[in-house]
Amino acid sequence: MVTRLQRQYGSGIQEAKSYVSQNYLLLDSSITHEVLQILRDEEEFDYCVDLTAVHYPQREKQFDLVWILYSFARNERIRVKTMIADGQSFPTSVDIWVTANWLEREVFDMFGITFDGHPDLKRILLPDGWKGYPLRKDYGIIQQDQEWVKINLGIESGQ
Amino acid sequence: MLEYITSYLADKVKVTPGEAGNIFWVVVYILIVFGGVSVAVMAMNWLERKALAHFQIRLGPMRVGPHGLMQPIADAIKLMTKEDIVPDQADKFVFWLAPLIILCASFTVYIVIPFGPTHAITDLNIGILFMLGVSSLSVLGVVMAGWASNSHYPLIGSLRSSAQMISYEVAMGMAVVSAILMTSLNKSGTGTLSMIGIVQAQAAQQTWFLFKFFPLGFIAFGIFAIAMVAETNRAPFDLPEAESELTAGFHTEYSGLRWSLFMLGEYAAMIAVSSIAVTLWVGGWMRPFPNWLSGDTWDLVFSLIPGFSFLGLALIAFIGVARMPKHPYFRIQTIGLAGFGAVLGLIGLILFAPPVRDRIQDIFWFVAKVAVFMYLYIWYRATFPRYRFDQLMKVGWKVLLPVAIGVLILTAVAGVVF
Amino acid sequence: MTDPTTYLSHLELGQPDNTFLDSNELIINMGPQHPATHGVLRVILKLDGEKVLGTECVIGYLHRGVEKIAEHRTYTMFNPYVDRMDYVAAVSNGLGYCQAVEKLLNVEAPPRANYIRVILTELNRIASHQLWLGTHALDIGAMTPLFYTFRDREEILKIFEKYCGARLTTHAFRIGGCQYETYEGFEQDVKNFIHTAPAKIDEYEELLTTNRIWVERTKNVGNISAADCKALGVTGPVLRASGVKWDIRKALPYANYSEFDFEIPIGQNGDTYDRYLVRMEEMRQSLRILHQAVERIPEGPIMAKVPKIMKPPVGEVYHSIEAPKGELGYFIVSDGSTQPYRVRVRPPSFVNLQALDIMVRGQLVADVIAVIGTLDIVLGEVDR
Repeated sequence: MVTRLQRQYGSGIQEAKSYVSQNYLLLDSSITHEVLQILRDEEEFDYCVDLTAVHYPQREKQFDLVWILYSFARNERIRVKTMIADGQSFPTSVDIWVTANWLEREVFDMFGITFDGHPDLKRILLPDGWKGYPLRKDYGIIQQDQEWVKINLGIESGQ
Repeated sequence: MLEYITSYLADKVKVTPGEAGNIFWVVVYILIVFGGVSVAVMAMNWLERKALAHFQIRLGPMRVGPHGLMQPIADAIKLMTKEDIVPDQADKFVFWLAPLIILCASFTVYIVIPFGPTHAITDLNIGILFMLGVSSLSVLGVVMAGWASNSHYPLIGSLRSSAQMISYEVAMGMAVVSAILMTSLNKSGTGTLSMIGIVQAQAAQQTWFLFKFFPLGFIAFGIFAIAMVAETNRAPFDLPEAESELTAGFHTEYSGLRWSLFMLGEYAAMIAVSSIAVTLWVGGWMRPFPNWLSGDTWDLVFSLIPGFSFLGLALIAFIGVARMPKHPYFRIQTIGLAGFGAVLGLIGLILFAPPVRDRIQDIFWFVAKVAVFMYLYIWYRATFPRYRFDQLMKVGWKVLLPVAIGVLILTAVAGVVF
Repeated sequence: MTDPTTYLSHLELGQPDNTFLDSNELIINMGPQHPATHGVLRVILKLDGEKVLGTECVIGYLHRGVEKIAEHRTYTMFNPYVDRMDYVAAVSNGLGYCQAVEKLLNVEAPPRANYIRVILTELNRIASHQLWLGTHALDIGAMTPLFYTFRDREEILKIFEKYCGARLTTHAFRIGGCQYETYEGFEQDVKNFIHTAPAKIDEYEELLTTNRIWVERTKNVGNISAADCKALGVTGPVLRASGVKWDIRKALPYANYSEFDFEIPIGQNGDTYDRYLVRMEEMRQSLRILHQAVERIPEGPIMAKVPKIMKPPVGEVYHSIEAPKGELGYFIVSDGSTQPYRVRVRPPSFVNLQALDIMVRGQLVADVIAVIGTLDIVLGEVDR
């Protein structure tokens, strides 16, 4: 399967390895959406297990977007990763897997990565008016949006 | 002394006080029935909590009195001392009136309920029609309660509740009509709507209408039994007042004493419709097996049962006393329970005395049969899940009503043929 | 508070009517505090009379930032936090996390530890399903099964308490195996449980399975097809009731489940009744696994050789287990230090809750509550 993809996308696929016997692909952000579509349509990865992100502030492309896909027919799991920069938005995967709806909302909520074409991109776990993206590395562990707390809860601070 | 009073009563009141036009005895009977129903409602409250708890493998109230016997009194005091909250925008007069209408409708039914051949407040010759009509008035109270609360959840709840009640009244009415039809099958060829007359018809025809033209009487009884549970908004038909559904019922905005009036009305209605069922099908005040086991000795045996049942209850109370923990904190409860057991035993002994024994027979059997129905109500609540509203209406209109009409027609045919 | 109509924007709402009696469409809020939402879940319903046209779930009331906390704790320190997510079935959470870290460290738990893990996890599955049954029946109106299931669940919680000291948030496993040796009489307790449990499960079935009211309330309520399940990522008993025979214990076995002989129950229609039957059968299959496991516990060490200060090599791993609620997955990124760089928990309840919208379209309001119950969500897991 990797060879098929490599024939098509050659340079876009940066890595196709296996770590502790788990296969993963590292792709360029420009071709990722198409590859995901191909993975669903042709390679039968019809179940998007998870969609998440990791923040590497030291890197130039700070965010790692990770899709974990599973194929019922092949009983195989695969990870697809891509790197995007801060502020760069990414096409949504909702048209490929419906699961991605809430998963992308959570990534937006926690990291601030916007997804183009998402039907309803707003915060899911945090309150709507919250400022800040908690799972980024520059957000302190006991940091809170004090302004929101003061306005909405009427208390000085949540600490 | 007792002989004198009872013979005086027997002379003066060969008919019900209402028929005799005797105001004094009517008032006395009304007070007795009113007091009896109130006590019965409190007992029913206790029984419901205890029985439901035992179904759910727990104990229920144990602390307030011995085995929770004083719990209803504590509940009554609590409800009476609660703050009476009236919503700001509510229609105050209607808000005040609604529980009273339900209460009055439920209690008015008791004036025709026969506890014995002459033990009714009055015996209207349209008794059953009167009962059906008056018990339907409680629907008005329900709608008024929901409307006056000025909040859309109670309004939706009360509309649902009233829709449920009037749907099941139709099936109830049909079942009642087939029972009335059976009363006309006696020798004189005329039926009667009077409650006492219905039981006397059962006595004359030598069979409880439950068993008449088996299984028709049984099916009619079954339809009435299901419809009466739906009438009184009890499980499994209690969607309008269930807490885990969206609308919280027509009595949401009521608190304290007003809410307790709703509860009183609900239990009184339960006892009232059960009494109708008992009168119409299960033989009213007649003792079991009046025909198979007839004769003086059997009469004597059955007349001893009330005394024995109270003695049995006293025995259970004393067993409870024996099992109480032997700790100073429990001393008052132990004494209380022993006293309660002693009172029960005393009543049982009184019930063995011949003059009392003969007079108490009818009342005892009637009350015992109604008590069985009350226990069944609690049993249904513990066991069944709730019907969804549309399924509830479907059952009422599409299942019960056609079956009721079918039973009616078949009863009429059977009455002519047999 | 925010206007609920903004939430339902994706349902093409249009101008909301203010007088509710005149309009056909009504927006009702099943607020965060509600007896039947199993936690703090807010569901905004758009109704046409009694029929549901669309829903929107507002979650996040129980968000505690577990994933952020993980980045500031060492691997062993994070272990207790994991139980608190799905607090009903805490043992499975621990199993998933410990196994994921073990994969990173490239250690394997010894066989005896695996057996203990399997026994506790299956007991946990039965306990979780019993709690689900009690609360689901209560929502539908049957009050009594709640008490029966809680009484029987007590037996399992007693075993947990004797084993590790806690009933609910057990922290039973450690990275590399189990910390506690089984107590004296553990096998006997489990055998007693296996002996008495089938009769209890039969009791629940007797009360509900053929009860006409139960069947009417649950048949054809909350239907979801297998294709929808796969597209939405729904796993667990919900997926199996729609007809897909997939269980991670069989598909991608972990912790020596491949040594045990058990079946995967599936349903046909994907409605609430099938989900009920699937979970009842799962309880029986768990008893079967327990029976096999407790017969064959080997002797040996219970903890593998794991360094005291754990510094897994740089890398990422994703490991998932079949929790009672669905596929519970852990995606752990390690940067070589003692603290994980990123821990992502893939909660089954979060993904299953997305399916609520599809499942209740066109059904009645009373069914919404039944469907929330049948999805078996735990808000601690949805929100983390």
